[in-house]
Amino acid sequence: MEKILEVKDLELSFNTFAGEVKAIRGVNFDLYKGETLAIVGESGSGKSVTTKSIMRLLPENSAVFKNGEILFDGRDLTKLKDKEMQKIRGKDISMIFQDPMTSLNPTMPIGKQITEPLLKHQKIGKAEAKRIAIDLLRMVGMPNPEQRMKQYPHQFSGGQRQRIVIAIALACNPKILIADEPTTALDVTIQAQILELMKDLQKKIDTSIIFITHDLGVVANVADRVAVMYGGKIVEIGTVDEIFYNPQHPYTWGLLSSMPSTDTDDEKLYAIPGTPPDLLSPPKGDAFALRSDYALAIDLEEPPPFFKVSDTHYAATWLLHPDAPNVEPPGTIIERMKSFPGSRYYEGGKVNV
Amino acid sequence: MSEKLLEIRNLKQYFNQGKANEVRAVDDITFDIYKGETLGLVGESGCGKSTTGRTIIRLYNATGGEVFFNGEDVHGKKSKKDLKKFNRKMQMIFQDPYASLNPRMKVMDIIAEGIDIHGLAKNQTDRREMVHDLLETVGLSKEHANRYPHEFSGGQRQRLGIARALAVDPEFIIADEPISALDVSIQAQVVNLLKELQEEKGLTYLFIAHDLSMVKYISDRIGVMYFGKLVELAPADELYKNPLHPYTQSLLSAIPLPDPDYERNRVRKAYDPASHNYEEGEELSMREVTPGHFVLCSEREFKSIQQEMATV
Repeated sequence: MEKILEVKDLELSFNTFAGEVKAIRGVNFDLYKGETLAIVGESGSGKSVTTKSIMRLLPENSAVFKNGEILFDGRDLTKLKDKEMQKIRGKDISMIFQDPMTSLNPTMPIGKQITEPLLKHQKIGKAEAKRIAIDLLRMVGMPNPEQRMKQYPHQFSGGQRQRIVIAIALACNPKILIADEPTTALDVTIQAQILELMKDLQKKIDTSIIFITHDLGVVANVADRVAVMYGGKIVEIGTVDEIFYNPQHPYTWGLLSSMPSTDTDDEKLYAIPGTPPDLLSPPKGDAFALRSDYALAIDLEEPPPFFKVSDTHYAATWLLHPDAPNVEPPGTIIERMKSFPGSRYYEGGKVNV
Repeated sequence: MSEKLLEIRNLKQYFNQGKANEVRAVDDITFDIYKGETLGLVGESGCGKSTTGRTIIRLYNATGGEVFFNGEDVHGKKSKKDLKKFNRKMQMIFQDPYASLNPRMKVMDIIAEGIDIHGLAKNQTDRREMVHDLLETVGLSKEHANRYPHEFSGGQRQRLGIARALAVDPEFIIADEPISALDVSIQAQVVNLLKELQEEKGLTYLFIAHDLSMVKYISDRIGVMYFGKLVELAPADELYKNPLHPYTQSLLSAIPLPDPDYERNRVRKAYDPASHNYEEGEELSMREVTPGHFVLCSEREFKSIQQEMATV
């Protein structure tokens, strides 16, 4: 498959009064054409910062690239000048934010907001831009697009606003769409509609999506591949089936076990103990070791490298080292592994990979 | 079942009453909450679930209807003294752990505010000890008492909110989306804490949320709200296994589950209020289909549901 974006050894820090916050500590991933890559992790894991650094939306006076590169179209985005970046932003790479209320301008009719990127990035006139904007609104499922062009954001519901934001983001047929928790502020029924819309549109315009969320249910619904982030690093990456049915990192185990499924019984819910690490002084070894029931002595000494599970599946945990003791994952995880061919608990079953 | 702690009868909460923009946020709902149980209340934003909670605890004056707590009318005329007594029995935990704690007060004073108002502490030492005990109950340590809210993470703040609610030794706690603002890994911690406290102290909860899988996990019974009305009320398992109201079915079919295989084959149902085809004069009410399982339906729908149940 064609690689459309490569993030290599990315390190980024924020200079604050308290000191240097190492928000991203060596992140590597590729994005392929037409796929959806979900990045999951809790607040402070670096998932939003990673995508904002791709868009170069971080404050330049405090956020500093320490190392690595972001390759897009043969160019390193970390080195581009602001002017050059402005030509990419909104045209080749665009972004949808969590809160549709604050990402739209309340004083501008939505039609004008949709034509804005078109007029900026494409050599077309106002009438043509307006026609495209109406088509876009129709495409995202807005009834009466002609009339609604003149209306202001407050005249729309939350779900409709998110549809407008999606229309703006897709106006220039971007190669990459970054969606930062696009459905977190929405109700489940509306969320399901927006996710369906995004999947439909992705097929139509063949864009690649980076989808940030902490909701594993949403991930299971939209993602082709999943990257799990913790403490400024990717700790596990693989196809959606590999992550959900054959997870290897104890943090992924914890995340999957702490969500009740609708058939979880009255037994106590698994809670990951403690709180995320302080990235002002990140731990020396595996950042998750202190919260993990499966930590080995070496986890406190040296950060684990990526171990290969399959061609598409990598996990950074010492448990995969040939010399590591054989540990048994939590019960709910073994249940998941039973249906995955290739896992050590496979019992035959439904999942076709 | 055990005794009723709370009886809510025809509760109504209309905003802008009598004006053109009247909103019937809570429109004639009736239900009971039993001692020691957790009643979950779900529905989309704007369906009136939070307003219901707030009206029950008298943050709003009800437009109509009654709320009986231990047989006593909450909304009836009360002297200041009676109100104070009542406030002690019912407490609330809010959604946003950032907005619900005063940033200029120390944790000690935030938690002790209720203790002071109700005069529960004999002296300063007693007060301090009570706060320290409460902090330990919710999994924090007594050193935290001298800090300000901004020094805590979201999960820890929600623990402070819980400690504050527990300070006056309530019987009933309304938790309004207590975990929505928290990370997945922290959500489980807070939910487990709420469950432990319930077992220890025999608390009764009204748990308001839109995360349906968490609600099922914590609740004994669940009520589903739609546009100010309660449309279905049933034991948690029963509601998920056998949802009867089309809105409940649509809501359940929309929950994304952490299971890619299930997600690929998911069929989402849409709810169209027009699908009921109610004729004029048809009376809607909560009817009991199986013991403990109530659905808002007309007599005609009730009969067809019963027929369906009989054939299965």
